[in-house]
Amino acid sequence: MTGKMAIVGNGDSIMVFKAAGVATFPAQDEKKAREVLRKIAAEYKIIFLTEELYKPLGDFLKRFDEEPYPVVLVIPSGKGQTTYGEEFLKSAMERALGVDILFNGEK
Amino acid sequence: MARLNVNPTRMELKKLKARLTTAVRGHKLLKDKSDEMIRRFTVIIRENKRLRQEVEEELFQTLKQFSVARSVTPAYSAETAFSMPTVAVKAECGTKTVMGVDVPDVKLVEEKRTDGLPYAFTEITSEADYSVGKISALLPKLIELAQTEKTVRLLADEIERNKRRVNALEYVMIPQLEETIKYIRDKLDENERASIVRLMKVKNR
Repeated sequence: MTGKMAIVGNGDSIMVFKAAGVATFPAQDEKKAREVLRKIAAEYKIIFLTEELYKPLGDFLKRFDEEPYPVVLVIPSGKGQTTYGEEFLKSAMERALGVDILFNGEK
Repeated sequence: MARLNVNPTRMELKKLKARLTTAVRGHKLLKDKSDEMIRRFTVIIRENKRLRQEVEEELFQTLKQFSVARSVTPAYSAETAFSMPTVAVKAECGTKTVMGVDVPDVKLVEEKRTDGLPYAFTEITSEADYSVGKISALLPKLIELAQTEKTVRLLADEIERNKRRVNALEYVMIPQLEETIKYIRDKLDENERASIVRLMKVKNR
């Protein structure tokens, strides 16, 4: 089964994905992103989401955690600090293992 | 620990013993499953961390370069240049199982285009070419990251659920059954002793 890819995000950074052949859905704020995601979740298998939009949508995105698809991947949007990756790994680790096996050597 | 509310009979004792053996066996199996899942999880989460770092770094650079390209071209020409992609990337989406958990298995299928860029070279600066090329090259990695991250999510959920099951068996179910079995056995022994004593008394009379 082939699936399509999409990116939901704000700003100019999504334009470069468009040139690479990924369907783009501009969303300036949380509300719009929610709407867009609900609409495209069934059609697109892989959805990239820029990091600024992820934080307010955290609970909404939990519903996608039950099934293998759609896969939602949070990517940095090119501005500001990216903390999502580390936070995600930490929370997953805490839930599954109860200990920190990745970051204990650092900091 | 509260014992189960059953009648102290031989029937019940037999039933409970069967339940206890099943529970013990189930507990052992689940515990083994949990161990193996955690082992796999640690492998996958390490992989995830490595990929994440790589992708973030490369993406950051690409986007930076792209913003340079954006800033030196007028907005409308940039928009027209990028708004007609010549290629649509598609991904082959399957599922595989990791310890009984369905996880996505994605591969990129790309229709190759001839020149690699959706616009003419005269339209826009060369920085844009680089960034588009880089993003295209980065897509397989992005997809791999998406897949790994989803696997981590699903596996973490399953591990948590499994842990709860193991604990429920270990700390609730099995102690309860053991206590109830002991209670029934004590009761039956007591009854037996009582009847022996009664018989002895009757005989002595």
